[in-house]
Amino acid sequence: MAYDKFNILTSNAVPLPLENVDTDQIIPARFLKATERKGFGDNLFRDWRYNDDNTPKEDFVLNNPVYSGKILVGGKNFGSGSSREHAAWAVYDYGFRCVVSSFFADIFKNNCLNIGVLPVQVSPEFSEQIFEEIYKDANTEIEVNLPEQTITIKSTGAQESFEINSYKKDNMLNGFDDIDYLQSMKGEIETFANGLML
Amino acid sequence: MSKSLFDKVWDSHVVRKIEDGPDVFFIDRHFIHEVTSPVAFLGLKSRGLSVLYPERTFATADHNTPTINQHLPVEDPLSANQLKALEDNSNEYGISHWGLGHKKNGIVHVVGPENGITFPGATIVCGDSHTSTHGAFGAIAFGIGTSEVEMVLSTQCIMQPKPKKMRINVNGQLGKGVTPKDVALYIISNLTTSGATGYFVEYAGDVFENMTMEGRMTVCNLSIEMGARGGMIAPDETTFEYLKDKPLSPKGEAWDKAVAHWKTLKTDADATFDKELTFSASDIEPMITYGTNPGMGMGISNNIPNAEAVEGGVATYKKSLDYMGYQENDSMIGKKIDYVFLGSCTNGRIEDFRAFASIVKGKQKADHVTAWLVPGSHEVEDKIKEEGILDIITEAGFVLRQPGCSACLAMNDDKVPAGKYAVSTSNRNFEGRQGPGSRTLLASPLVAAAAAVTGVVTDPRDLL
Repeated sequence: MAYDKFNILTSNAVPLPLENVDTDQIIPARFLKATERKGFGDNLFRDWRYNDDNTPKEDFVLNNPVYSGKILVGGKNFGSGSSREHAAWAVYDYGFRCVVSSFFADIFKNNCLNIGVLPVQVSPEFSEQIFEEIYKDANTEIEVNLPEQTITIKSTGAQESFEINSYKKDNMLNGFDDIDYLQSMKGEIETFANGLML
Repeated sequence: MSKSLFDKVWDSHVVRKIEDGPDVFFIDRHFIHEVTSPVAFLGLKSRGLSVLYPERTFATADHNTPTINQHLPVEDPLSANQLKALEDNSNEYGISHWGLGHKKNGIVHVVGPENGITFPGATIVCGDSHTSTHGAFGAIAFGIGTSEVEMVLSTQCIMQPKPKKMRINVNGQLGKGVTPKDVALYIISNLTTSGATGYFVEYAGDVFENMTMEGRMTVCNLSIEMGARGGMIAPDETTFEYLKDKPLSPKGEAWDKAVAHWKTLKTDADATFDKELTFSASDIEPMITYGTNPGMGMGISNNIPNAEAVEGGVATYKKSLDYMGYQENDSMIGKKIDYVFLGSCTNGRIEDFRAFASIVKGKQKADHVTAWLVPGSHEVEDKIKEEGILDIITEAGFVLRQPGCSACLAMNDDKVPAGKYAVSTSNRNFEGRQGPGSRTLLASPLVAAAAAVTGVVTDPRDLL
């Protein structure tokens, strides 16, 4: 489905400096029973966010009013595990438009790009700097500039470039998705399929 | 130019290359299930698109299905709703549907190979990360997201950058009680859960050459747990023997032609890889995990490593052991367990039940252990009965359940309660994976069987 265009995002960020955050934590399997794509943000990080009686766990970062923003900064190997796109939907539905990590799991990264969440991979050192600055001042602003492919910590001016292939970049800038592209080459696909043995 | 097996299969499926972008990649076989497909069908409807090749897509219900009383209506209304959506969408678009009660119903990655839907050189996707299972046949198979399910339904293609290539060699003789599951858990414990991210893996060496198809499926199944997009093994006589006469395998002349082609699907002698690793079979013990990701595993006779000895964040490691209720330097042998789960797309095949039965035969289930023995499909269930395995497990105090994903991800009623320990033959030990607060120890069917009869973590070699 088409999504909002992404250009330059300047926002506070929410820190979650844990490694190997898997998609079972981002959205537990019991919340995958919907047949429509809505409301997943309510259950983002469900078991880290809420007690059994549905009261918020005070020590979890999403429940700390000090931290807010459209950028989630995670630890290394963010999004490992299940291929459930629901994890990316939950991140988006909660209000994040960008996830920053020093290393992303493959399928999660792909899913994010397909639904309009920008995954920004930074060096471990830069990731540390971001955490440091946020913990110093929760109002630290981070600027993610997609056209320039840079991420900047506004308070210190520290900046790093990030990679994204130009096809995906165009899609994100214009709010297009792959289906639009694939639909345009159906004839070519059918010719290809006719040449296959099985 | 020399090519690897992966190159040969990948390159032959590229419809178009995009400059500094992904390849437009053609998909031969597409599996769908009830959880990750409904939103994709909604997308098709909202765009007014049709399914381009319904005969290349196969639907089965597995994630949500109960493992008892499958003849009764599904009680959970949300699950029932998803199952109904799969059935309705399949009917509307002309996709074959093996729903609950169908004789071919079962876990998608078990019924695909059983029916000859999977074949060497194929490209196979499914909205499920364990699609990597099908790589055992020399196919490129991997999990995709729901947006991509919609792409495949409408155009039979997805857009993928070609991953890097890794070869993992394991040579030598596996020791007593060491199974394909242990080989996979050993590799993952060496690479960590992110060690193969960005790569597609080819498994090579005599351990895999000598392995059965079911063993190869277990290994390829777990490729995703080290971050790899998928894993594959070159097809050989073992592969052809398995596929011959399967319901949907080619027949007659078409079979001969297919096999002739499949025989060309191997890595050229001088092909190169971006990364290559070699392990020795004799270093591998029966494995067990002690933490909250599949990379946190070790030989069953070892002690849990110190936080300082493991790569990565100490805080994350300690949080993980805390969740499990374990300490650094603890031995796993003798730890009390509450549940045993035999099943899933990793270990729900007939060989897994044979292995389990080989240990529990003539013994009794430990009183305090709840055991869920869940076949991967009706075909596996039938073989369990035909081969007398049902009698063995029944005499030992176990009950056989009905096919499905079950406690692997606990979307149905098979949930391990908070705080309880489960020895599971499935693929993931993430926090809450088998139910909120549950604690999972991943292991082979032999280790699971040993735990089921002793009630504690036990080295299966002591019982063989």
